[in-house]
Amino acid sequence: MDLILLFFIFVLAAFLGLELISKVPSQLHTPLMSGSNAISGITIVGALLAIRAGEQGTVGMVLGFAALVFATINVVGGYVVTDRMLQMFKKKGK
Amino acid sequence: MDAHDFVNLAYVASATLFVFGIKMLGAAETARRGNLVSGLGMLLAVVITLLEQGLDYIWILVGLLLGGVIGLVAARKVKMTAMPELVAVFNGFGGLASLLVAWAEFEKIRGLGWIAYELETSSNALFSGFVIYCAMLIGGVTFTGSLYAYGKLSGKLSGSATVFGGQKALNIFLLIVILVLGVIFTWSTDLDLTYKVFLSGVALSLIFGIMGVMPIGGGDMPVVISLLNSLSGVAASAAGFVIANNVLIVAGCLVGASGLILTVIMCKAMNRTLGNVLFSGFGATSSGA
Repeated sequence: MDLILLFFIFVLAAFLGLELISKVPSQLHTPLMSGSNAISGITIVGALLAIRAGEQGTVGMVLGFAALVFATINVVGGYVVTDRMLQMFKKKGK
Repeated sequence: MDAHDFVNLAYVASATLFVFGIKMLGAAETARRGNLVSGLGMLLAVVITLLEQGLDYIWILVGLLLGGVIGLVAARKVKMTAMPELVAVFNGFGGLASLLVAWAEFEKIRGLGWIAYELETSSNALFSGFVIYCAMLIGGVTFTGSLYAYGKLSGKLSGSATVFGGQKALNIFLLIVILVLGVIFTWSTDLDLTYKVFLSGVALSLIFGIMGVMPIGGGDMPVVISLLNSLSGVAASAAGFVIANNVLIVAGCLVGASGLILTVIMCKAMNRTLGNVLFSGFGATSSGA
């Protein structure tokens, strides 16, 4: 893909990210951090794409596999723990 | 439209779900649904990626199962009070994964040689070198920084700020060495030399993560974890540039930017500025004591 195009969407995404968050109630700071942490586990896609037979040799495969395990822990654990936090928050609200 | 275009189209949908997810997470009534929406985006991104050709599905299945079980058990068993430190660990793993993705791509370059690699991926050696180093560096700092923050929060390591004479000078020196290595790595096309530079860079970035969190302690730790969360997003985004993948770039950048704003909001709530939290070990000690 065109590098300039990739850089273009990077800049736009940065501005979007800056605008997304405003006036968050302080009780939501930790769940929001945890929820966006789960999103940063998107690197799982990069790990999946790194696991190809024969293209980058054994070392590359091992690195890709390790990346996949760690990214999956980040994604699965991140979403589940955020859900648990928010569940707790809801009960308190009532 | 071939399979690759279809995958990229699905990534756009997945990025849109992340945007809505983050937005909804910021308001009390919609927060829990927001987390589900963003989770749906993640599921879509993962499932659709499996359509790409040439993947080794057996290893992928093993990796997903292994990581999934560990993540699920850790997230379910953890006590409510220990959640922030668990998030720090997850965050560190995300950073480590970005580092490893960049490293795996570098291994591919080492196998093919620069010329064949540039032809195959229609990339630019200078740019690839730069983003591989960035993803490695930011991922590495996020990894050890988060684990150290976990140690401080959980009480396994001393929770207060650790300050010693010449610390700032040492950190600046470390940073300069890391940057110089980065310049060499980016410019040189000698694969043997760059491999050594890369490995040194990995080691130094891991050390720098610890050194950066060391002078911060006590009540400032949540701010640091929020900043590390933002950094792990930037690391994922850099990894996206390494493999020219738009969903990594967009989602990582969203987390990086929104995480930075959240960090600033958290600082303001404590009547501090971000610079004050990060660079004044003195103030951190008094608030931690």
